[in-house]
Amino acid sequence: MELFFQLVLNGLTLGSVYGLVALGLTLVYGILHVPNFSHGALYMVGAYVAFILMSNYGVNYWVAIAGAAVVVGVLAMLSERLVFHPLRDAPPIHDKIAAIGILLFLEAGVMAIWGADFRRMPTPYSGIVDIFGLTAPAQRLLIIAGAFVLVVALHLFLKKTILGSTIIAMAQNREGAALVGINATKVSLLTFFISGALAAVAAGLFAPINLVYPAMGHLVIMKAFVIIVLGGMGSIPGAIIGGLIIGFAESFAGFYISTHYKDLVAFLLLVVILSVRPEGLFTKGVR
Amino acid sequence: MKYLQGKAGWAILIALALLFPLVAGNNYQLYVMSLAFIFAISTAGLNLITGYTGQLNLGHAGFMAIGAYTVGILTVTYEWPFWGAFAMSGVVAGVIGFFVGVVSLRLKEHFFAIFTLCVGFIIYLIIEKWDSVTGGTVGIIGIPGPAPIGPITFDSAISQYYLVVFFLVVSLWLMHRIVNSLLGRTFIAIRNSDDLAQALGINLMRNKTLSFVLSTFYAGIAGGLYAGYVRFLGPDLAGTHYTFDMITYLLVGGIGTLMGPVAGSLLVAWVTQSLQFLQDYRMVVFGPLLVLLVIFFPHGIVGFYYKKRMEREMKKRAAEASRAQAVKKEAGTNA
Repeated sequence: MELFFQLVLNGLTLGSVYGLVALGLTLVYGILHVPNFSHGALYMVGAYVAFILMSNYGVNYWVAIAGAAVVVGVLAMLSERLVFHPLRDAPPIHDKIAAIGILLFLEAGVMAIWGADFRRMPTPYSGIVDIFGLTAPAQRLLIIAGAFVLVVALHLFLKKTILGSTIIAMAQNREGAALVGINATKVSLLTFFISGALAAVAAGLFAPINLVYPAMGHLVIMKAFVIIVLGGMGSIPGAIIGGLIIGFAESFAGFYISTHYKDLVAFLLLVVILSVRPEGLFTKGVR
Repeated sequence: MKYLQGKAGWAILIALALLFPLVAGNNYQLYVMSLAFIFAISTAGLNLITGYTGQLNLGHAGFMAIGAYTVGILTVTYEWPFWGAFAMSGVVAGVIGFFVGVVSLRLKEHFFAIFTLCVGFIIYLIIEKWDSVTGGTVGIIGIPGPAPIGPITFDSAISQYYLVVFFLVVSLWLMHRIVNSLLGRTFIAIRNSDDLAQALGINLMRNKTLSFVLSTFYAGIAGGLYAGYVRFLGPDLAGTHYTFDMITYLLVGGIGTLMGPVAGSLLVAWVTQSLQFLQDYRMVVFGPLLVLLVIFFPHGIVGFYYKKRMEREMKKRAAEASRAQAVKKEAGTNA
């Protein structure tokens, strides 16, 4: 029972982080129909900014995460303005390659500034919590709670505020949104900011139980892509459910099958599912 | 620039490649050039599926690694002769490419790109984790170089360079035949619009799979050459950054053009050499370069050359047409 609980907790933690990253990715896809390959690099930059704020400037953990969210959000907005916007009418292959260019630049940039070393990020919540006779590391509970709060907040923002509903309107129908006076530029910028900020928060939450290094975004972004393909590109609930599926699959496969191959699980799952259902799990109709 | 076309153009480019060792100051320059040519072969394969058929394959380096490991495992573990193993490198990559293609090519655009990205990563993880066969993170060392064929040996740097040039020329010539055949035009039709191609009676799945298998065959052969040239292998070769490198070559040189992959890999290789002081940070330069190329210069060097040539011809034709009209008018007034 204890073991099972640990596996569930582990799955929830992973699922929360993957879900947050996938959420940003799916939001951007919904607006621009660009698979943003540079999203993983934004996640990585988020971890670095939070880490540097904490270790070099002695900033409080939460302030560091908020700072990282702002920095990465602005970075994402810049990438929209400077790269994706000029390419909006180009053939679909071009913006994918441009996204790869951003990814390469950010990774090399971080490596040039802070080096390629693996770093460990400190956390004020390194303790262990007892609930109902079960023990859990505080940081993991924090990740789950943080992800939950963010998802609820994002949901309320998208459904209950006018600003949020402009994002949904534009994802549903670009021309229609423009017709009723929604400013496409503003909405794109806002979406990119949210997506970058979500990635940075996910990185800041996850970094203390992982490590901070320039290639840390690779696996996470690829799993996030698996998730949004599974959940349907552009679908918000799909990203959360997909994140949990991959999180649990990894946690349980890592224990019952082999820790050696646990990173393969997500990709094999994708290969199997897409072989059977090329349109993804939760999408309706043909693409 | 007329002399760069047709048979004369081929002869000039081949002669330049053959004469390079006379100009090269040392073996290191030959090494850089040979590696650039090996990657040009692999990039030519990527060009077929991405540039001509329009499907962005982000797992291409994985297939190159499959070819390289085929040579490495067969020669080191099973003690095959080099050329036998080399022949298998393209075949193994092509066969695996066939199965990946059958599944992945049902997906369109973004889904195909994401799927192949994952396939590349699966290949990387398998190579890294499957210690007993691939040597895991340590890799494979002591791969024998190309065995002598009759009186020709491949011990010196120059002879190895010529061997690579030979394979590059053969691959480019084959690619030239492919893209100028009905098959190549079919691929281009699919790139331009797969709905329209289908309406014309083109079997999308069969042609896309064929293009994918051919492209992975090229990657496999390039990998086999790489294994015989560098003599040691690590799982790194399957990493996504090699795929991204090849995409850079493709864009710099010109996507969807025959000589683009060669022009791109040569230029990037030499620019990288002159940016040695940047070491691992060279992407600080190449990342933004990639973005700028895609935005302002999407057809690369070779594409730019073609565009200029076309503009000149259009101008010439327009001038001729106006002259003809003037003559006609004159004739009209005289009559």
